[in-house]
This record gives sequence, C-alpha cells and structure tokens, in this order.
Amino acid sequence: MALTLRVVLAASALAFTIGGAEAETLRMLTWGGYAPEELIKKFEAENPDIDVEVTLSNNEEMIAKLRATGGTGYDLAQPSHDRIFAAQKEYRIYKPLDLSKIDTASMTPNLLEGVKENATIDGDVYAVPHQWGTSGVMANMKETEGVTGFGDLCDEKYKGRTSMRLRRTILLGTAFSMGMNPFELYADKAAYQDMLDKVTAKLIECKPIVKTYWTGGDDLSALMLSGEVVVAETWDSTAYKLYNENPDIVFVPPKTGALAWIDTFAIPRGGEADDAAYKWINFVLKPENVKIMSASTGAIAAVPNGIELLPDDKQKAVKAAFTEADLDNLKFFANIPPGLEDMEGIALERIKAAQ
Amino acid sequence: MGRDAGRLSLILLMTPFLLWIGLLIILPQLGIGYVSLREKISYDEFSFGLKNYVDFVSEPVYRNTLFRTAWMSILVTILALIVGFPVAYYIAKIARQKSRAALFLLCLIPLWVSDLVRAYGWIVLLRETGVISSTLVDLGIINQPVEMLYNDATVVMGLVYTVVLFMIVPLTSTLQGMDDALLEAGYNLGGSRFTVFRRIIVPYAMPGIVSGCIITFMLTAGSYLTPVLLGGKNSSWFTEQIYNQFITRYNWEAGATFGVTLLVFTSFVVWLGLKLTGQSLATTVAKD
Repeated sequence: MALTLRVVLAASALAFTIGGAEAETLRMLTWGGYAPEELIKKFEAENPDIDVEVTLSNNEEMIAKLRATGGTGYDLAQPSHDRIFAAQKEYRIYKPLDLSKIDTASMTPNLLEGVKENATIDGDVYAVPHQWGTSGVMANMKETEGVTGFGDLCDEKYKGRTSMRLRRTILLGTAFSMGMNPFELYADKAAYQDMLDKVTAKLIECKPIVKTYWTGGDDLSALMLSGEVVVAETWDSTAYKLYNENPDIVFVPPKTGALAWIDTFAIPRGGEADDAAYKWINFVLKPENVKIMSASTGAIAAVPNGIELLPDDKQKAVKAAFTEADLDNLKFFANIPPGLEDMEGIALERIKAAQ
Repeated sequence: MGRDAGRLSLILLMTPFLLWIGLLIILPQLGIGYVSLREKISYDEFSFGLKNYVDFVSEPVYRNTLFRTAWMSILVTILALIVGFPVAYYIAKIARQKSRAALFLLCLIPLWVSDLVRAYGWIVLLRETGVISSTLVDLGIINQPVEMLYNDATVVMGLVYTVVLFMIVPLTSTLQGMDDALLEAGYNLGGSRFTVFRRIIVPYAMPGIVSGCIITFMLTAGSYLTPVLLGGKNSSWFTEQIYNQFITRYNWEAGATFGVTLLVFTSFVVWLGLKLTGQSLATTVAKD
C-alpha cells in the first residue's frame, strides 16, 4: 500500500516536472487590444516553448483581481502608471523589475523617467511604460462651434447633447477648466476637498445639460455616431477610431492641457514566468511590432518615434488634433496619495445621486 | 445495522446541501461581516470597530440611495404582482390543460437570454435614435425624436419585466392546487365576482403571493445591470455603490459594510411586510 502510494506520487511529480519543462505559459492581464492575435502568433513562433494566455480587464479590475489572489495567477499586468505606487504599498501585488533584462534604451526617455519616478519604492522599480494617450474632449464639428475643453460639456447651448464618464478624470478635467490645478493640491487634503466641493457643485449644476454618463468605449461610440451626443469627454484613442468612421468627429485637446495616462508593464508578485514576461516586453518594443500594437490599441507607443509608428489613418487623426504646443502642455496623472480616492468617490456619488 | 445504514444515508444525502450552505453561503457572509468591522488606519494596518457603519449612517448620499432602492423595489414588487396575478390565474384556472405547458414556456423564454442582452434590447428600442422613437417620427405622431431612456420610469419598467416571471411561477403553482368547487360554492352562496376574488382566491393564493413578493423584492433590490444601464445619469442604485466601493475605490471595508447593510435592511423590509399583512413565513412559504 505505502509502496504503491509512493510510486504514484513519484510518477506524478515526474509528470509535473516534465510538463513544466515542455511549455511555459505567459498569463497576461491587460486591456482590450493590447495583445493582438497577430503579435501573439508571432511571439509564440519565435519562442516555441511559451504559450500566451490573455485576460482582458481595466485598471480597477486588474488591481482588484491581483489583490484578491495576493498577486498570483498572472505573470504580466498592464495598469496605468498612477496605479502602481499605492497599490504596491497597500497590497504588495507586484514584484521589482530587473531593468537589466529590459531594453529600456528603446523607450522614450521622459516617459521612462516619469513612470520610474511614479513607480519606485525603496529603490526598486515596479513598472516601465508601454503605451500612452490622453483624456480630453471630442466634438462633432458640424454641430458645434469653438469647443476648447472640459468646460464646454456644461455649455447651455448643447443641453441634452453632451456626455461624460463619471470617474475621477472628469473631476480633474473640470477642476483644470475652472482654473485650478488638482495635482498641486494633492499634498493638501483640506485644499483638495475645497476644490472637490467646487467641482461637485459645478457638475451637479451641469447635470441637466448632460444626456447621460457613459460607462465604456462602445457606449460612447454609439452615442457619438448616432448624433445623440455632440460633445463628450473621451479617451483620444476612442476619438481616433470614430474619426475614421465620421471625419466630423475630432479630438480636442483641452486648452488647459490634456490629461495624459501611460499604461505600463508590471510583474505580479506571484508571477511564475518572469523570463517569458521580459521576453514579451522586449518583443513588443521592436519597431516592427510597435506598429502592429499601436494599430490595435489606437494609443501611442512609449518609443521615441511613437507617433510615426501609428497606422496612417490614426497618424492623421493625431495630427488633426494635436499641435506641438498641445503635446508640450500634457498633464500626466500624478500618483494618488492615500485617502484622496475616498474623497473623490464621495464627490462622484454626490453628483450621481443629485436630482 | 439498519439504523446505522439509515443514518449513514441521511448524512450522505445531506452532505452536498450542508457543504453548499456552509462553504458558499455562511462562510462568505462571515467573511464579509468580518471585513466590514475592519477599520483602515494606514497601508496594511487595521483595527476593529464600527466606524464603517457610522460612516455609512452619517453620509446622506448612501442612506438616501438605500431608501430609494428599497422604495423602488417595493414599487416594482407591487407592479409585478398586479401584472403577474392575472397571467398566473389565466394559466392555472382558465387555460385548457393542453395549452398550459405552452403558456408557461412562453413566460420562460425571455430567461433564456442573458440579463445584459435583454437590457441592451430595451436600449435599442428606447433610445433617442432607437426603434420606437424613430418609428413615431416616421409616422408623423411626434415631430422631434424623444429620449425614453435614463429615467426612473424606464428603470421600473425594465425591472418589472425582468422579475415578473418569479412572481408568476409561485402564483401559478399555488393557484393550480385550488379546487374549482370552492369558487362554485362561493358563487352559489350569492357572492359577487369581487367577493369571491377577495374572500376565496386571494386568501388561497396568499402563500404564492408572499413567496412571489419576497423573491421579486430581493431580486430587484439586488439587481445591478438593469438600473445601471437603463437609468443612466439618474440611476443611483445601492448595488452600484457596493460595486464602486469594491472595484473602483478598493475600499473593501466600506463595500462589505454596504453589503451587510443591504442584507439586513432588505430582510427587515420583508419582515415588516409580513407583519403589516398579518402573515408569517410558517403559514405561507413553508406551508404544507
């Protein structure tokens, strides 16, 4: 009896080791469009011993998932750069990156520095940049005139024909449009609350003008393409996609500065395929792959000639939207200090509940 | 020997049920209750107390959303009863034996499609550029397209549509057990249609009415997709706030508190409903 058991155990242990050596699985937790089929096939062809598995998600759900499992279950995650520091401090869901294994030389230096600055804890770096884009406003040029930023979402002229997403971006955007700079108030909670109160009052007052709060890219696309909404808060990548279908719909970088986000690479604490993860990171940084990636994400890669590596139609849309001055005026999301999200959450709920 | 075998088979039969109740219902509830008592001090530092509950009570937005959710759920329950009762009565008493199964199946068909798809179905019909609005414009009945989404009436209608089946099923099965002789006796003794309905049918159907109401109320208060998708900018629904706390604000403590509060509050509403109508679970839901 004991002998048979031992034999079975030994045999299954052996089977496990052999199974492990045959194929490694790279489990990615990422955004829709960030792991195009074409690139996965190419990657698997170059590395026959690696299988790629993709789970699609968003910032909040990525962190909630990793938090629930204590950072296991995935080998590579792609949260935005402002979602690294606090999540790591609080839930310890990432592991430090070995920068010597990443081809950092091919990344845009200021984006790399920006992300490193935001994602370094006790000297360890937890994230490097991948793709970036902005949040701003899009307008249907046929139906609107002189849209310049978030403030126009509350313009009486467009009553019932504007839309926004009720998340922190609109709070920040509205604050900028009212002449305040929320990022400078991050350190001072009382001042930040004061700013939030003003923004809340403004957005409650604005509620009759807003048609509805959109919740996802598809939702927003339907509202814009049907013509029900003429001015809306948007991610630039969504606006570029719509520009292809209706050239009247153009992304407008707000005069007060478009809010820029950078999606990153981070390795979860319980990741089991670090080498495969590094291979993928370096793989998608190669110029020929960047092109395929950007075509799929609609966002700009964090490499020096990122805009030139966009497909032609998107390049046109970016150039129609941004001037050099706009690009210099980007406002990158700063790390969110603890407690602020709670204050913002209450503000958002007050706006939603107001009648 | 015989007794032991009997006991063993009882244990074996009960095991799946006990595992299900214990692992999937009681244990998670205890976990949620535990998390709701945790107070966050700083990164990874917690103490225990009732602060989360105090926060909940002192923030009018949360309180009002809970009351609003409860009151709209009661409205939905009443409407579902008004809509569901005639349907159930027709299926159980008026329709011929043969067509009953077919009618019942017709009621079930919408459930074969997921909640999400049904909600989008309503959106396609009701939006400003949607089917109904553009048809009305084409027919010349209205001049301007009209927006029928994003208000409370749409939410209530969508919810009634989603839950009415759960009212019809228990009502039908209760009414099916009613002997037609009871109705005939009522009419023979000179009762009007209304008297027969009030004195015979309703009391007989009471177990079905109560269990139907409890199920629809609980389902409505706990629904998420329909209010969020159809309600748009004005849909504050309590489950949405639980989602926000857990997912977008990483505040599991507050989310757990809201979850416990919703459970306790809806249970209280059900208890109150039973008291006010003079019913009890023993004489209705658990009746032989």
